[in-house]
Amino acid sequence: MTFAALANPTRRAILARLVSGEVSVNELAEPFSMSQPAVSRHLKVLERAGLISSGSDAQRRPRKLEARPLGEATAWLETYREYWETSFVRLDGLLSELKATERKRERVARRKR
Amino acid sequence: MFFPDSFEVSLPSDREIQITRDFDARRGLVFDAFTKPELVRRWLLGPPGWTMPLCEIDLRVGGAYRYVWRSEKDGSQMAVGGVFREVTPLERLVASEKFDDAWYPGEALDTTVFVETRGITRTTITVLYESREARDAARRSGMEYGMAAGYDRLEALLPTLTGGPA
Repeated sequence: MTFAALANPTRRAILARLVSGEVSVNELAEPFSMSQPAVSRHLKVLERAGLISSGSDAQRRPRKLEARPLGEATAWLETYREYWETSFVRLDGLLSELKATERKRERVARRKR
Repeated sequence: MFFPDSFEVSLPSDREIQITRDFDARRGLVFDAFTKPELVRRWLLGPPGWTMPLCEIDLRVGGAYRYVWRSEKDGSQMAVGGVFREVTPLERLVASEKFDDAWYPGEALDTTVFVETRGITRTTITVLYESREARDAARRSGMEYGMAAGYDRLEALLPTLTGGPA
């Protein structure tokens, strides 16, 4: 659920906005030129994923970040990325080497002909 | 030429994880690098500090593969194996995937597709888990491995998340 919540660019932008502290739904709606109900729908997804919660002010109902699940989700994606990227960079090197070997073999074959 | 920026990890559905990367080589070479044990052992080394003492691949439908990695630091081992369900040379591989110390229920199904365009081969690996719970369990384990750095990096990561593609 965390990843579905993070998959949307507007929701990621909302999270980025919340890094600086509690923000009300009205304040959140402004920069996205989006209706309040639309923003509320995104907030509901984020809330269900446990990424945000409602702050203490019952009147304004500001939202705040829940750092732990978000940290876990992003840490996992980064680790996974790093693991594969390191392997793929090694594979890049191996492929260059294979290409060079192939070219050399072709040159030798041409000379023999 | 290398294409590190072409690398993408995405979650196309509740049960899948997908990885895409472009390689500057013809499809035949990339396919070999994924299917010939002597080549796989040179790049699929696992996390830093690990080696791959065993790599066996019987490349045919019904044939098995088995990879074993070992930590040089404490000697602990990690092993995965499975059976090929589909083998289309140069194009497509489908194989089951099960780790010895399976931390997620059931088997996963790995589909690897190689598409060449003007000498560049785009490789897409899709891992399909039996359930969302299985994928999330697999996800959590990878997470533990990177946990130490995780929380510290939260703030640094947020701008990346905001700017990244959907």
